[in-house]
Amino acid sequence: MSAPFYVQGAWFVGALLFIFGLKGMSSPASARKGIVIAGYGMLLAIAATFLIPGLQNIGLIALALVLGGGGAWISAQKVKMTDMPQMVAIYNGMGGGAAAAIAAVEFAKGEMHGLVAATLATLGALIGAVSFTGSCVAWAKLQGVLKKAYRLPAQNAVNVLLAVVAIGLGLAVIVLAPQHPELVIAFFLVALVLGLIVTLPIGGADMPVVISLFNAFTGLAVGFEGYVLGNPALIIAGIVVGAAGTLLTQLMAKAMNRPISNILFTPLAASGPGEAISGTMKEVGPIDAAAMMRYASKVIIVPGYGMAVAHAQHKVWEMTSILEEAGVEVKFAIHPVAGRMPGHMNVLLAEAGVPYDKIFDLEEINGEFGQADVALIIGANDVVNPSARTDKTSPIYGMPILNADMAQNVIVIKRGKGTGYSGVENALFYTDNCRMLYGDAQPMAGEIIQQLKAMG
Amino acid sequence: MDGLLALYIFMLAAFTGYEIIAKVPVILHTPLMSGSNFIHGVVVVGAMIVLGMAETVLQQAIGFFAVALGAANAAGGYVVTERMLAMFKKKEGGQ
Repeated sequence: MSAPFYVQGAWFVGALLFIFGLKGMSSPASARKGIVIAGYGMLLAIAATFLIPGLQNIGLIALALVLGGGGAWISAQKVKMTDMPQMVAIYNGMGGGAAAAIAAVEFAKGEMHGLVAATLATLGALIGAVSFTGSCVAWAKLQGVLKKAYRLPAQNAVNVLLAVVAIGLGLAVIVLAPQHPELVIAFFLVALVLGLIVTLPIGGADMPVVISLFNAFTGLAVGFEGYVLGNPALIIAGIVVGAAGTLLTQLMAKAMNRPISNILFTPLAASGPGEAISGTMKEVGPIDAAAMMRYASKVIIVPGYGMAVAHAQHKVWEMTSILEEAGVEVKFAIHPVAGRMPGHMNVLLAEAGVPYDKIFDLEEINGEFGQADVALIIGANDVVNPSARTDKTSPIYGMPILNADMAQNVIVIKRGKGTGYSGVENALFYTDNCRMLYGDAQPMAGEIIQQLKAMG
Repeated sequence: MDGLLALYIFMLAAFTGYEIIAKVPVILHTPLMSGSNFIHGVVVVGAMIVLGMAETVLQQAIGFFAVALGAANAAGGYVVTERMLAMFKKKEGGQ
């Protein structure tokens, strides 16, 4: 299929705008401009496609665009900032599904031009289908629809077996496709199941890396289908995202000190509970917590996902303002993987109006915990677990953590006595200078605010 | 398309993607993942071509599915990214 030069030209400009847009998004100052530029590139590419002579089913195309695009536009406007990670997952899955569906239509037509095209179409279909079902599972886990990790006996063996079957069927499809539609159907089914089975046992804490990985997958799938369709814009956009996504996945995995192979093949919970911890958890009430912070000179707040799900960021910022008026120095310490994705917590605090200069990342603030009178930990767990520093048998050993345990006093706002997302007990909670304030982050922050106001 | 030419495009695009991400502050990882998620939404163009050339009802049905999914990827990806990045802007100017 050859498009006239003006359509090709528009696609070319679109691809260029994507690259400029992505470049813009890699720096905070130009990030917003970047997505808008990329948005124009998308509009241009879509509009130009309608100008291909002899394009049929235009009504159907328009209807699908309105249904899919409009539906996603509205749902994306409505979703809360806390739920952004799973939205990224689900839209990414849809992209993967689209790439796989493109390959399916090409197979149905039975006119694959050459071995290379057939191979890339199949590869793109495999990756796209895995990304589709895998992302759906990731969405379900983060949304709370799927609450626990499902682990098959001999999970790794099943994964490998399914992958081998999928690749085998893929090879058969490349060679025999036009005559054997049943092979194509079997291939797609196995690929879809593979995405499901691989993702189901992965715990919520690892989901950001997995979503990022599937994002890179979808990019590659789009790039490969772009080759099949002879469309350079799809190739460029797809492969750029594939490469960028792969690097981003590595950066995230590094921040969590979890090799990607570990995430996919040895789920955290399976690697043992670590050393037993002695001591007891000591409770504290909101009055004492408020007093400890009110008469401190320096407080460092460590927000985690618990703060995000409780939508407590506005209350926490209000509390911070009151403390600052009383002359207390307050800083926020953000772990690279706080929240559900790197940078997610920064977005949530930004939404609550916390200024940039109060937010510090791990390297910047870790040395300061020693001078802090109080470290207030709100709904964070694994990222402040000192076992990561000291206990070689702990599954999270080696993960960079915030040294909250080095503060004079530690207050932990937490809903219950349970473990964190990794399923590992937190040694910090049992130390002598740590006090537990049990409850939902939002009402607890509200009560502390009340007490602070009462203290004047 | 010429296979070798495509290989060049693959290679250059891969380098471009790698270079763009190489130096990015952690705070932008989530928006950037979301932004690159939006960009592969261009798959909708491929889906439109496929549906535009579809002949049988089966091809039309799968093609329709592909366009709807691709359009959702692009539209949803854009809105989510834009909303995230809008907050960065507000803060820089506001406070």
